[in-house]
Amino acid sequence: MRESQATESLPLLQGEGGGRGPDPTGSAGVSPPPSPLPQGEGENRRARTRLAAMLDSDFLWKFSRSPLAIAAALVALVLTVGAVFAPWLAPHDPMDVASLSLMDSFKPPIGMEDADWANPLGTDNQGRDVLSAIMYGMRISLAVGILSVLFALVVGILVGLAAGYAGGVLDATLMRVADVQLTFPAILTALLVDGVVGAALPHDLRDGLQIYVIIFAIGVSLWPSFARTVRGSTLVERNKDYVAAARVIGVKPWRIMLNHVLPNVIGPVLVIGTLGLGLAILAEATLSFLGVGLPPTQPSLGTLIRFGNDFLFSGQWWVSLFPGIALILMVLAINLLGDWLRDALNPRLR
Amino acid sequence: MSEALAPAAIVVTTAPMLELAGVTHVFDVSRPWLQRTLAREPRRTLRAVDDLSFSIPRGTTLSLVGESGCGKSTVARLSVGLMEPARGTIRFEGEPLSTARAQPALRRRMNMIFQDPYASLNPRWRVRDIVAEPIRTFGLAHGSAVQERVDALLTQVGLAPQDGEKFPHAFSGGQRQRVSIARALSSAPEFLVCDEPTSALDVSVQAQILNLMKDLQQRLGLTYLFISHNLAVVRHMSDQLGVMYLGRIVEMGPADAIFAAPRHPYTRLLLDALPDLAHPGRSRTSVGGEVPNPIRPPSGCTFHPRCKLANARCRAERPEQIAAEGVLVACHAIEEGRAS
Repeated sequence: MRESQATESLPLLQGEGGGRGPDPTGSAGVSPPPSPLPQGEGENRRARTRLAAMLDSDFLWKFSRSPLAIAAALVALVLTVGAVFAPWLAPHDPMDVASLSLMDSFKPPIGMEDADWANPLGTDNQGRDVLSAIMYGMRISLAVGILSVLFALVVGILVGLAAGYAGGVLDATLMRVADVQLTFPAILTALLVDGVVGAALPHDLRDGLQIYVIIFAIGVSLWPSFARTVRGSTLVERNKDYVAAARVIGVKPWRIMLNHVLPNVIGPVLVIGTLGLGLAILAEATLSFLGVGLPPTQPSLGTLIRFGNDFLFSGQWWVSLFPGIALILMVLAINLLGDWLRDALNPRLR
Repeated sequence: MSEALAPAAIVVTTAPMLELAGVTHVFDVSRPWLQRTLAREPRRTLRAVDDLSFSIPRGTTLSLVGESGCGKSTVARLSVGLMEPARGTIRFEGEPLSTARAQPALRRRMNMIFQDPYASLNPRWRVRDIVAEPIRTFGLAHGSAVQERVDALLTQVGLAPQDGEKFPHAFSGGQRQRVSIARALSSAPEFLVCDEPTSALDVSVQAQILNLMKDLQQRLGLTYLFISHNLAVVRHMSDQLGVMYLGRIVEMGPADAIFAAPRHPYTRLLLDALPDLAHPGRSRTSVGGEVPNPIRPPSGCTFHPRCKLANARCRAERPEQIAAEGVLVACHAIEEGRAS
């Protein structure tokens, strides 16, 4: 930054002080101080206008006018904060076996007899605090959801850009693969991948790597929707003249795809990504509920629901119900946000 | 050939800037393979450009005019290498176009201005990055020197350096076209292909852009291939003029000569359809009929269904170009002296 200031002010100096040429020390000593000030101010102003533009954008204005979006964002925020900061916020550590006491098992939630505020949502069969277990479980559910969507996003964008930009045989091949995969329900794909990869891994590694297997399995089931969206938009964008202008001067195809096309196709992808996050969390919960998901050492919301399911008919409904409610709230909030985002970014609805 | 020597060697050549010889371009407009096979349809092709030859001397403007769909834009895209011709050769600075485009030093010397100023600027890029892209691609400047060049270019096309901060949507059509011109000039080209650069603009703005382009040509010694459907615009710009009809050139020569004495019936019709300030209210003959479907062009002279002078020979035999007082014309009627 400083270098650029110096060089930018150079021609100015030469223009003004042509007569002072022989005295380099004098001009060097006098002239530099004034230049950083306007330059710095300009930078500041630029940053300030950018911030102002962001606060002034249609997007935020629309957001402030949509109570549903605000409510969804609040719910998602509260759940996310609770999950991310679980080690600091949670009243107990459900993984800490030493702190567990079987005497505390099956304590009911607040509002029932024998309840106490130490375990506001009750405890499970081993005396684990349900609220803390939900916070830690949400952490794992969110991590798996976000990572699998990111995986699907990267794969889908790369495949979609390549297929849409190159066209021809590559396009046909990649898109038929995506079509075939779309004919299988996502959960079936995830089950299949999970089963195959799980069987291929050595037994002692399985539990440690299971989370990555799940991320991969869900990611694989999600990428076609990203790829199709990106390909569709890329087909439109690649025929626009700004791409031709870049081709005329010989910009490499991959640079055109990443620098020119990608910024123009990313909008719809973000919407699908948000909606896909809800799907991914649900898929993980389903896998875990079916017992093929995460190992009991890393209980996600789905695992918690499965454990609680065993006690559902013996009267301890809270062990299963509260993780279920947390899951529903999270997925609902994310989907509502995604829906709102889709409408907000749709130029036809403006 | 070493790249360091290439520019010096080329400057001394007297070869035309751009030379097209027998260029033909065919589009495949068949339906997808499966549908075509099921319906037992043959492959269908569209001959957008048919046996086109011309050359543009350094520092001059050659204009191509014609109705929509006559292949003008295809010629523009062929000339900068966005498409490969099916047959024929294109030479840039005396070298085959594909060879020339493989060398950054030569590729830098050609650029293009596009028709639609709304589609030719990336909406997600700031104007300064748009204008700087050729500079960065060819490594013509580094660091803060890039910004200086961009500022100078924006000033040169009549915009303010501060405009570089904005995104394209903040500009009007005319201003966008100025940005487009600044981008085209930023690689310091010598040859510019202008594909209807003013057709998307208001008439008042058209004049500004055309004057800017003429001014730049005089100052920088640019060579233009100018594509337009507007004869008034072409008259303002051209040294040479080519009139295209269904992918072929029907008349070509010095612009002054053609405007003074149009020979080909099609050129006459086009000029006759122009509004005339000297004789307002004159009843103008419109060019009758439609442009035929280029997938199934008429036999013989493709203009014969719309030509008053057409006879049996015109319907059967394709006319070759003949020279008449410095102008090349492809018309049987002129060859036979039937057109007075």
